[in-house]
Amino acid sequence: MKSAVVLLPGLNRDRDMIAALTKISGQAPATVWQTDTEIPDVDLIAIPGGFSFGDYLRCGAIAARMPVMRAVAEKAAKGVMVIGVCNGFQILVEAGLLPGALMRNASLKFVCRQVKLEIANANTMFTRRYQPGQIIRSPVAHHDGNYFADAETLARLEGEGQVVFRYAEGTNPNGSINDIAGIISEKGNVLGLMPHPENLIEAAHGGSDGRALFEGALGIAA
Amino acid sequence: MKARITVTLKNGVLDPQGKAIEHALSGLGFDGVGSVRQGKVFDVELAGTDKAKAEADLKAMCDKLLANTVIENYAVEIA
Repeated sequence: MKSAVVLLPGLNRDRDMIAALTKISGQAPATVWQTDTEIPDVDLIAIPGGFSFGDYLRCGAIAARMPVMRAVAEKAAKGVMVIGVCNGFQILVEAGLLPGALMRNASLKFVCRQVKLEIANANTMFTRRYQPGQIIRSPVAHHDGNYFADAETLARLEGEGQVVFRYAEGTNPNGSINDIAGIISEKGNVLGLMPHPENLIEAAHGGSDGRALFEGALGIAA
Repeated sequence: MKARITVTLKNGVLDPQGKAIEHALSGLGFDGVGSVRQGKVFDVELAGTDKAKAEADLKAMCDKLLANTVIENYAVEIA
């Protein structure tokens, strides 16, 4: 299974994502730059975290309007898996590939710590290696992770099982509505989440709770 | 032609920054501040003199970039 990583100025977790995908899949992902209008034939496209374009205007807003994101949207429409982590999630909602918006943390503080996540839907390409309701650990590091959607959108997300990750056991770090940490598109191929599963994939990280997400998406045996 | 675009949060969308400002104002002794909502202002200079076209362009700019219509409203004002 092949993967690609989207590179934009201001991202800073791109090397972590490349390292995780390389270690887990055994081959380095292709990299695509913001001005690229074509993405190679891959099974998974990852948009890493960081502060693309300095978070100017709104987090992810400028990045979402770069040429490469049109290419990502075309691939997503064809069913290619897309994962956006942290700023990547913000970019996906700004690009309209996922519903809702990510607002300033309710605490107004940047949060950088480990949280617990509940697998709210284990029946997705990304979470099939987890058990429903399983609690995993994951680092978070963000200032704008407070997920918001209007009542109608929220009801649809909850009703269709599009809420995939929830902050568990009172660990909601940002005031996100319904403790939402990650959501998936209607078709089930575009995932966005604020936590960083790519930063918990091996013993040196202090655990490997995030590894199964990539193994599931890439169809790699554990 | 000069235009001013004002982007504000929709009703019902929580505004933690506005809340913090509200608390700071009461801390400064300003009594009777009901609530504060933070927004953004963009001053845009446009070439051309067609006001109707300018208004349509400015609205398109808001829809495509300047506002996130999931959470924000905008108003366009041409001087």
